[in-house]
Amino acid sequence: MSPPLVEVSAISRTYAMRSGMFGRAAAVHAVDGVSLTIARGQTLGLVGESGSGKSTTGRIVLGLEPPDSGEVRFDGKPMAAPGTTAWRAQRARMQMIFQDPLGALDRRLPVAAQIREPLDIHDIGTPAVREERVRELLRAVELTPAHGARYPGALSGGQRQRIVLARALATKPDFLVCDEPVSALDVSIQAQVVNLLCDLQAQLSLTLLFISHDLRVVRQISNVVAVMYLGRIVEIGSADDLFARPEHPYTQALVSASPAPGRRSAGRIVLSGDPPNPAARPAGCAFHPRCPSAIARCKSEVPALETVGGDRQVACHLVTGAATRDAA
Amino acid sequence: MKPLVSIEDLRVAFGGVPVLRGVDIALQKGEAVGLVGESGSGKSVTWLAALGLLPRHAQVSGSVRLDGRQILGAPANELDHVRGGRIAMIFQDPASALNPVLTIRRQLCEALALHRDLQGNAVKAEARRLLDLVGIPDAGRRLEAYPHEFSGGQVQRIMIAMALAGNPDLLIADEPTTALDATIQAQILELLSTVRRELGMAMVLISHDLGVVAENCDRVAVMYAGRIVEQAPSNQLFADPVHPYAQGLIGALPPLDGPRRRLTAIPGTVPDPAHMPGGCAFAPRCALVADACGLAAPTLAPIADDRSVACVQAEASRRAVLGIAAE
Repeated sequence: MSPPLVEVSAISRTYAMRSGMFGRAAAVHAVDGVSLTIARGQTLGLVGESGSGKSTTGRIVLGLEPPDSGEVRFDGKPMAAPGTTAWRAQRARMQMIFQDPLGALDRRLPVAAQIREPLDIHDIGTPAVREERVRELLRAVELTPAHGARYPGALSGGQRQRIVLARALATKPDFLVCDEPVSALDVSIQAQVVNLLCDLQAQLSLTLLFISHDLRVVRQISNVVAVMYLGRIVEIGSADDLFARPEHPYTQALVSASPAPGRRSAGRIVLSGDPPNPAARPAGCAFHPRCPSAIARCKSEVPALETVGGDRQVACHLVTGAATRDAA
Repeated sequence: MKPLVSIEDLRVAFGGVPVLRGVDIALQKGEAVGLVGESGSGKSVTWLAALGLLPRHAQVSGSVRLDGRQILGAPANELDHVRGGRIAMIFQDPASALNPVLTIRRQLCEALALHRDLQGNAVKAEARRLLDLVGIPDAGRRLEAYPHEFSGGQVQRIMIAMALAGNPDLLIADEPTTALDATIQAQILELLSTVRRELGMAMVLISHDLGVVAENCDRVAVMYAGRIVEQAPSNQLFADPVHPYAQGLIGALPPLDGPRRRLTAIPGTVPDPAHMPGGCAFAPRCALVADACGLAAPTLAPIADDRSVACVQAEASRRAVLGIAAE
């Protein structure tokens, strides 16, 4: 078995945040000891609510910002120091897609020129080869050269996201980080882009880190799903199994909160309390103030991510400590 | 039973470009109706137009009756009683609907003073009761707080409290949970359904999320390009959509359980309102398109009790099926 393409070990990232103009700086643990591996050609879905650290994790994995501690290894090698030749070569092999395609595109340039830009930056091929590659990329995302001559403002939301995707694929990357790539799109267009992403992944054997708050879309595209809460992974497992049998109380609430046609809200788990504030992280298990089944131990002791059978890992005293469960 | 609100042939155009092209919908007292559709389909414009909230340059025609009285084009003093008093509205972005430099008490009391005949301490007591009702803890003290001191979910609760200030008969909730996280969305939807049950209030839930609408509404209307294309009880619509667009929307939704399947994407994009195709607006994206679809825009026609659809093809095949079944 080949080694995983992406190995993330115990990365952490802390920001200093000031509350108000004269407030004291507080440390915000955006990401706290996250470890992940993504096998070649596979998709890892990262879900969680706002402030859970999923986007920061994506940025660190891509080397857009350094972790305070921990390490990211890509294709067996640690990330090169930013600005070096090795770093540039590595960056060409990994790309990112954001939620807002209009923000990611330059409104004053025809989109074909923007798809071409990575080829110019990384000095790939002759000008003629680059032109041909742009046409090929437009075809790959199911657009025509006529679309390439337009400006972003003259394209629809779905078409813009295809352009962003084409640009990300220009350097033939092995690894794509997609941060909420379809959240801003209407349902029917969202399905087009999700299908396209699945097809391209299969054709180009891409490895994906797919970040989203939408459980349905994540399940559709992912092999493995990790659930984050306040900077930590609370549960990780294969996509179908995780959503069918969530173990962590937070995952259970998330799955139950996802509305489904044909299911009336009877039996829904409605969590009390507000989404957590990353600057005031509760002691012990960060989820305990909202957890319907929290016990005394949850308030003091941070649960570690432990394997509970198969490929499922859960960070919850109630799930991992069977003895504790009996006592409760 | 006489409907609470009935909208007939409501049309809206901006600068000669039609965005709402004949909407008919009626609501009974206490009923929850969902309005789904993609951006630009006219879900919000329908109610903004009905309540006279569109800018002056919008050309509005048709009829909107509340308890049988025409409110479309009614004078401002009459509308002031309807808006907030009989029909209240909450929006997607609650934070921008509140004034950041006034306390919650000032803003809630303002709504109460406008719509209720209350004086002095009774106003404050009522404001406190409303905050309690929508589940803001420590309501008495929190009344003195400013909007930024509340979380997004709490601000939406406050908006709901303000909407309830006038004891409305109908609440229009326009994407009330779209900006909120999943677990908070569940809280707000539960609050809305509790409040609705307790006060016997009717609700229109506008959402792009089929699941949200399916779970919280008795009846659903699907909108496309400024028209209602299908209307049905929620459970029937999701189990057995008839209009090809409704089928497409449901097919485009990834399943949360069971086997994974390739999503049935609807090809193409929503037509530009300035260049609407002749005939059925959905025809250019429709898999079942036939010659008849290009001739005239289909009107909403009943296909069963409580169900209607605006599709030449679906209507014909449904009638055939029903005809055979009856023999």
